[in-house]
Amino acid sequence: MAIDASAMGRLAEGEVKGRSLWADARRRFFRNKAAVAGVVTLLLITLLALFGDALAQWSNEEIDFAVMGQAAQLGQPSIANGHYFGTDDLGRDLYSRTLQGTRISLMVGIVGSLIAVIVGTLYGAVSGYVGGRTDQIMMRIVDILLAVPFMFVVILLLVMFGRSLFMLFFGIGLMSWLNMARIVRGQTLSLKHKEYVEAAQATGVPTFTIILRHIVPNLVGIVAVYATLLVPEMILIESFISFLGLGVQEPLTSLGALISEGARTIYYGTTWQLLWPLAFFIATLFSFFFVGDGLRDALDPKDR
Amino acid sequence: MFSFVVKRLAVAVPTLLLLIVISFLLMHAAPGGPFTQERALPPQVLANLEAKYGLDQPLWRQLVTYVWGIVAHFDFGPSFIYKDRTVNEIIAQGFPVTLTYGSVSFVVAVIVGVTLGVAAAIRHNSWLDYLAVGISIGAQVLPNFVMAPLLLLTFTWWLGWLPGGGWEDGQWQYMVMPVIALSTSYMASIARLTRASMLEVLTSNHIRTARAKGLPERHVILRHALKPALLPVLSYLGPAFVAMITGSVVVDFFFSTGGIGRAFVDSALNRDYAVMLGITILVGALTVLFNLVVDILYGWIDPKIRY
Repeated sequence: MAIDASAMGRLAEGEVKGRSLWADARRRFFRNKAAVAGVVTLLLITLLALFGDALAQWSNEEIDFAVMGQAAQLGQPSIANGHYFGTDDLGRDLYSRTLQGTRISLMVGIVGSLIAVIVGTLYGAVSGYVGGRTDQIMMRIVDILLAVPFMFVVILLLVMFGRSLFMLFFGIGLMSWLNMARIVRGQTLSLKHKEYVEAAQATGVPTFTIILRHIVPNLVGIVAVYATLLVPEMILIESFISFLGLGVQEPLTSLGALISEGARTIYYGTTWQLLWPLAFFIATLFSFFFVGDGLRDALDPKDR
Repeated sequence: MFSFVVKRLAVAVPTLLLLIVISFLLMHAAPGGPFTQERALPPQVLANLEAKYGLDQPLWRQLVTYVWGIVAHFDFGPSFIYKDRTVNEIIAQGFPVTLTYGSVSFVVAVIVGVTLGVAAAIRHNSWLDYLAVGISIGAQVLPNFVMAPLLLLTFTWWLGWLPGGGWEDGQWQYMVMPVIALSTSYMASIARLTRASMLEVLTSNHIRTARAKGLPERHVILRHALKPALLPVLSYLGPAFVAMITGSVVVDFFFSTGGIGRAFVDSALNRDYAVMLGITILVGALTVLFNLVVDILYGWIDPKIRY
């Protein structure tokens, strides 16, 4: 054997480390500056949203009667009276409201995306793996659901069954998984004729176990990418619903609700009411988009 | 081709029927009826009202009447709140307006988006590319309900160039801001999609061949690269068109254009279920129709697709 014996030797001694797929992906991801900046920004925003209340001097529902009704004159951001981001027209502290809104928006985005990951992955993997008639029927159902104007249906649901966080999640969850299912199915079709799947079939592993143990783990990459890109989409949908006044109920708020309130009151000169929530909103969305793009480039290395 | 259209229609029709049935059942599953008020109506009045709107019939009969009304006469029934108006009248009032600015926004978004995307791809990694990518990401995170007040603030309050609202049969001054507010974020998505797929197509073999035989670059781009590069964009157009109609809710709110979005929000706040249902079904029908058109276009552009 003339193959480089010394190289084999070094490999055996562990001098040369093999690069796994994940190590490779990690390296590519961390070389992408925009994606890393996105991760850092997201971490900061999450930390602030979770623990920033410790710095607040007013809670999100307390009314500061000193500025109530005079937000344009007295409500501007100031350290002195403890309203770091200013107040709204009712004299409520914008700092703690923005943090609380960020929490809700992040939660909506992540829950919506999680529903998509769980339901969409299982549905798509089963449909793609089982194939045949089952596949056709399952995908037809997805096609039909995709044709439904979901924004209107969510509004319909919220009006009919009352506004609640549960209904919001339910409505968003209803529509978030459809595209994920289609993407996962496509990927599954290309996985199911791989040798390790055939080996599992040959040794008599039950179908559902094959899907869970051999198909789903190999979908992680593509699912992670689309899940990250779904989060900002869900946040946008929630903010649209909040804009209509059908989102979470006062005293709770969300970034979308705060922004639409700020946009409506901007003529009175209370620019901070729009700018602070908008800054958080844009920073969050930008970061998720960058992280998603970075993940895609890292896990699915095609030149885009 | 013909059999393909028939096959797609065979899917589209049950989709629509299903949509009608589900929305109808949802409406009836909701707690409280359209006549539930703070002060309860006397039972006799309530019974008369329900008889007038056919709500005293068994559910399946109501459903059949409703579906038959839509299928046979395109009739969505009377409004529950406005006693002398039908759902058809309410839709007929707002829909042409929405369709007008929706279509204009759609055309603007496609033309500007594709141009921007192609320009960015041709000048890959130049300042133009970075500018286009920057604009498109920026536009994507700025939702239309933020765009709209910012536009109003700039063009009406500060510059005084454009009227702050109204429709006036679609004169251009009244159309500018609604179209910008509606089209921007979709223009951005289309630009990103076009850029990505154009970059991929430009490295493919048939483009190298076209260049090798000495075709002018303009021919290479317009005749050989553009068509395959537009395929992924095409499949985005269906959802984009529907989003333009949905975005009407925001446009009508800020610019008082009086389109179908206004009617939908009003009916949602009044619990006028008949109008809500009618608009939902109408938009669903548009979605199905538009997806059908996109599918057919798809086959026409990409000869690899067999029906």
